[in-house]
Amino acid sequence: MGSGTSNQRHFAFQNAEKAFRAAALIQRWYRRYVARLEMRRHCTWRIFQSIEYAGQQDQVKLHDFFSYLVEHFTPSSNHERDFLNRVFTEERFPQDAEMEKFSDYKSIEVPDNYTGPRLSFPLLPDHAAALVEAFRRKQQLHARYVLNLLHETRKHLEQLPNITRVSTCYSEEVTVCGDLHGQLDDLIFIFYKNGLPSPERAYVFNGDFVDRGKDSVEILMVLFAFMLVYPKEFHLNRGNHEDHMVNLRYGFTKEVMHKYKTHGKKILKTLQDVFCWLPLATLVDEKVLILHGGVSDMTDLELLAKLDRHKIVSTLRRKTRKENGKQATKEKATPPSGAGRPTPWFLPQTRSLPASPLRLGASGAPRAGRSSSIPCSCPADAKEPARRARRSVDLELDRCRRQAGLPVSPAQGEPLLCTPEADSEAEEPPEPTQEEWKQVVDILWSDPMTQDGCKANTIRGGGCYFGPNVTEQLLQKYNLQFLIRSHECKPEGYEFCHSRKVLTIFSASNYYEVGSNRGAYVKLGPALTPYIVQYQANEATHTLTMRQRISRVEEAALRSLREKLFAHSSDLLGEFKKHDADKTGFITLSDWAEAVESVLRLGLPWRMLRPQLVRSSTDNTLEYRSWLEDLAKEQLSHENIQSSLLETLYQNRSNLETIFRIIDSDHSGFISLDEFRQTWKLFSSHMNVDITDDCICDLARSIDFNKDGHIDINEFLEAFRLVEQSCPEGEASDCRQATSTTDGGCSKPGTH
Amino acid sequence: IIASEYHKKIKDAFEVFDHEANNTVDVREIGTIIRSLGCCPSEGELHDLIAEVEEEEPTGYIRFEKFLPVMTEVLLERRYRPIPEDTLLRAFEVLDPSKRGFLTKEELIKYMTEEGEPFSQEEMEEMLSAAIDPESNSIHYKDYIAMMVVDDS
Repeated sequence: MGSGTSNQRHFAFQNAEKAFRAAALIQRWYRRYVARLEMRRHCTWRIFQSIEYAGQQDQVKLHDFFSYLVEHFTPSSNHERDFLNRVFTEERFPQDAEMEKFSDYKSIEVPDNYTGPRLSFPLLPDHAAALVEAFRRKQQLHARYVLNLLHETRKHLEQLPNITRVSTCYSEEVTVCGDLHGQLDDLIFIFYKNGLPSPERAYVFNGDFVDRGKDSVEILMVLFAFMLVYPKEFHLNRGNHEDHMVNLRYGFTKEVMHKYKTHGKKILKTLQDVFCWLPLATLVDEKVLILHGGVSDMTDLELLAKLDRHKIVSTLRRKTRKENGKQATKEKATPPSGAGRPTPWFLPQTRSLPASPLRLGASGAPRAGRSSSIPCSCPADAKEPARRARRSVDLELDRCRRQAGLPVSPAQGEPLLCTPEADSEAEEPPEPTQEEWKQVVDILWSDPMTQDGCKANTIRGGGCYFGPNVTEQLLQKYNLQFLIRSHECKPEGYEFCHSRKVLTIFSASNYYEVGSNRGAYVKLGPALTPYIVQYQANEATHTLTMRQRISRVEEAALRSLREKLFAHSSDLLGEFKKHDADKTGFITLSDWAEAVESVLRLGLPWRMLRPQLVRSSTDNTLEYRSWLEDLAKEQLSHENIQSSLLETLYQNRSNLETIFRIIDSDHSGFISLDEFRQTWKLFSSHMNVDITDDCICDLARSIDFNKDGHIDINEFLEAFRLVEQSCPEGEASDCRQATSTTDGGCSKPGTH
Repeated sequence: IIASEYHKKIKDAFEVFDHEANNTVDVREIGTIIRSLGCCPSEGELHDLIAEVEEEEPTGYIRFEKFLPVMTEVLLERRYRPIPEDTLLRAFEVLDPSKRGFLTKEELIKYMTEEGEPFSQEEMEEMLSAAIDPESNSIHYKDYIAMMVVDDS
């Protein structure tokens, strides 16, 4: 008995201890596994962010390119002259009379076989709800109704103040939503989960409704419809993407032209106007300020409330609608004296930016996901005399034209000059003042940072990074409780900062990629306590395990990263060679990381990413040439096209698209072979890419497969996989096939 | 030479979580950083390590200057080595004395949340989502390990 039980007990104790230790081991192992997943997730996020950042730098390159054009290029033929003329000619902002014509919808007939939703005005709540349902079923609203709706929307917006005031006395709860970026699924989900707008359920949508996603048009239609139906309860703030210049680059313009081939241009023009009429901010119970970007240490709510917001056509350029109407006075405008390089009208006047792309921060710039492009900065030097600061872009244009040998004298309808000396405040102010413009840019583009202070965002050239003290100062000055803003993608869809005085709310889930982030909206009751609801509008992600979700997003990020690496192949090779003085063909993995960072300058943790990017490495060395070749094999599908050409294409894809769209000023989607060739020639000479004329001609001809002398720019870009196919499922027949064929071709014949 | 290599690795890993770009990370992320550098400490060992790198008066943040030397030492000494696959398998087998080849969901939960260094609810749920075969409501640990190991590399 005695020794038996003590043996038993000993045995039992041993077993228990073994089980304990076994469990501890499993837990230890599992926690490490999870930690590694976490690390991958963070690295993935960093990849997306830094690529997005790098995209913003492209804007700088674009600027450089056109400056180069202006300074170095002399047109040698009428052809080239015409071409340059088109590139540099001011696109006039429509006059009022013309605006009428553009928004004329009554003349548009709706065919009998149209099965989409129909609108009649005044809109009723049922109509708005029906519209949501129709879009959910993938129907498209006819152009006539679009324009009609926009017309009514503008009428409504014109009456609104710059800062909308909302009270929780009337509707008990206010729901604030952030960026949607054309992701209709998220909007539908919000309405499904939170309920449709109603007198008891107020909504504020905080800007960036369009661009990037594929259903920007539909989102606008729904938002505008509900705004008309519930004018007291449904509110919109302007975001930095409610801007026709930004839309040119980030997909909304393309979406409109794709969906509305005949009337797209009208719609775009009307929207240009509607965007300017969007309110700038919303104030809830005089306590919670809602605006898209942020604030600066100079933010002046009174000034913001007073200014004529309609004058701010685009935050990318300080231009107004009335410029065109002014007559030139006797005084000829003097060319800008030492004011830096002249800038074509469509580019940010980034005179404050250095010529070369800036290095992305290790120090300084907060790493946050920003869904935007670079705004314009006026001459940043505040000490500059007023007249220089208010110089019209027309002066720059004139100089461009003169240099390019183009006619300079004002012709009919040509934008005319503002006299530098004229004090335009004497008459109706034709343009927003520098101060007004800056105020608006600040609230649409700024981002919070953790350090105190307020520093200009030199990478973007507009807006600022504002610290906790700036927030505190503003809240106190205007007796506010906290700020709600959007503008930045957050993994959880929201984020508090500045001691919970600033709330970022972002409503586009899966923004970078399926599974990349959640979306969120925030509800405020009379107590103004924020109540956050998160979601991820993609069923697929719910059924995936964390590991699978992370893998998916990671794959997407790595793909983008590999593309970028490929795009810099030549530079990388050069850099690798530097580390391989003995010409062995091998470098260490550490050298690899250093080389890659010095070329790409993305500020990424390359040593953490290395296992995903460098497959084989035995003794910690890498045979770099074959690594580069492997990269190329993944990306390249056109063997007969010079690899440097493709590299350049990849590097500059977003710029190319923008350039093409600028050339295609009637938004037809086509540019002539000639224009294509000339653009490409100019571009490649600027980029120091060695391209023969023959090669360009071959390229152009191979793209114009139906030989009609026109290139469909979408097909061109898609052929090189520079543009994502934006065809929804089920419309494959409409879709332009962009398969790559081994004869260096682009689109398949017959799909034109 | 090896030390400086480790320095760069540690720096890279650290920077991933250095959100404010001021050479500090939240102390709650240190475990992730250490583990992703190849170490497999227990929770207890982790706490000891954190105590080494924390400030005298804990601020909730760990500074890189303090982290680097300690972490370099850890890597040089090859402390907290990862667990080999067969060791892991044997651990599961200890919990499955009758050698069925699986653990039921309830058993797994019991062991993971009551023994060793217990899981939080979140950790438990996450493990279950990938480990449990929904049809049999059990974890076939040999397959599970095989799957996770592939993933890991």
